[in-house]
Amino acid sequence: MDRRIALIICFVFGLVMFAQFFSDHPVAHRVNQDVLVEYVQIIFAFALIVGVVALVRNSIKQVSSGQDRPFRMVMLAGLVSMPILAIGWGIEAGSPFQWMFENVQAPMQSTVFALLAFFVASASYRGFRARSVPAAILLAAALIILLGRSLMIGPLAHVLPDIAEWIRNYPSMAARRAILIGIGLGSLTTSLRVIVGIERTWLGGEK
Amino acid sequence: MQPLHLIATVTSDPEWIDINRLPTLIAAVVAVAIVLYTTYHRASRRKFKMRRIAGLNAVEEAIGRATEMARPLLYTPGWGGDIQRPTTIASMNILAQVAEKTAQYDCRLVFPTHDPVIMSVAQEVVREAYARTGFPDRYRADDITYVTSSQFGYAAAVDGMITRLKPASIFLLGTFEAESLILAETGHSVGAIQIAGTDSTIQLSFFIVACDYTLIGEELFAASGYLSQDPSILASVRAQDIMKLLIIVMLVVAAVWSTIGFLTNGGGEGWWTF
Repeated sequence: MDRRIALIICFVFGLVMFAQFFSDHPVAHRVNQDVLVEYVQIIFAFALIVGVVALVRNSIKQVSSGQDRPFRMVMLAGLVSMPILAIGWGIEAGSPFQWMFENVQAPMQSTVFALLAFFVASASYRGFRARSVPAAILLAAALIILLGRSLMIGPLAHVLPDIAEWIRNYPSMAARRAILIGIGLGSLTTSLRVIVGIERTWLGGEK
Repeated sequence: MQPLHLIATVTSDPEWIDINRLPTLIAAVVAVAIVLYTTYHRASRRKFKMRRIAGLNAVEEAIGRATEMARPLLYTPGWGGDIQRPTTIASMNILAQVAEKTAQYDCRLVFPTHDPVIMSVAQEVVREAYARTGFPDRYRADDITYVTSSQFGYAAAVDGMITRLKPASIFLLGTFEAESLILAETGHSVGAIQIAGTDSTIQLSFFIVACDYTLIGEELFAASGYLSQDPSILASVRAQDIMKLLIIVMLVVAAVWSTIGFLTNGGGEGWWTF
């Protein structure tokens, strides 16, 4: 019975959200605002409590069992200290919270992001080995794009940027659009399956 | 000359139907009709052949490998999507199929995510999958966990899990952004077999280079039908193909029409001009 109620709610909201997209009426805009912004935020806020409680419970369990202890302790220290700093001294510029954000959290995030440079190099090395005809085409296209977008002198300086631009605008764009059409159609059919109740995996999968 | 004065304002009632979106509405109604027809009409649900998708055929192999190596399987839906996104729903559908297999083989399934709502849905999906296969005792709620909502915090957390747990198989299926290559390369470094799929064309290129199998475009959305062989879901996959055919026909007609218009009119204005 509870699943039937969930399916009915899903169907009604699916239809309403589909209809409101094609309307310019203030009521439609209001529905969009209420459902997509406010309801979703309320659900997220409650789910966040569940998520953080589960994370803390798992971490305490792992700390006590000795599994990944240093990592879990750092995580718990961060989880506890940041709200204390925010509540105790505020989040304005110059506050301890901001100092922690700018000098601890932001650099750590930048560090992880910076790893991409190395990963791009290693992935490119593997991807661009010309072991087959498609891989050779990929390598040639990548080289032309790379050289075409670099500062070059000599006889190819005027030709390569044009070829690179042509590759980007025609073969590459055509492939991207074909994939995007497939993704659009896939999104549409998946959404419809959920709205009409054919796909019930999100409820646990009961038929 | 007399100055002009504003003597009245004209207002119109707000429109219930946005005329600018009428073509989209017509296309959407046609698409919905095709999907509903193929799904509910008996004749159109007759068994039809679906092409082989290497990435989905490898799912069984990936789970078997993790079981044989006695190492966990890591599944993550990426940082870019929330539960409203069709890609995330598609990922949950695949997760259900994967969870059924891991339950049967008694293989540990680890699912880190950036979104607590996705975590709740995934817990429900996996719990039900384990119960369906008759092994509810093998379900470990602690393995389906929220890590953080921060993009690179999530990437670091999942990277840490991959490095420490050394999963034999990694499924990267969902909406990924800049973290895609960080995760895929870390997975490669621990020797995991990797199956990836996303709706981002930019991240797809990274996955194609770094992963063993990549689900491209609509393959991700067809996966649940392909794996479960559910006739209703397979019928909607057929609807996708019909719609794709319609789009191809329209593109060819538009290209020919535009070319003829250009050749006969030299690119000038006319009823045939796009």
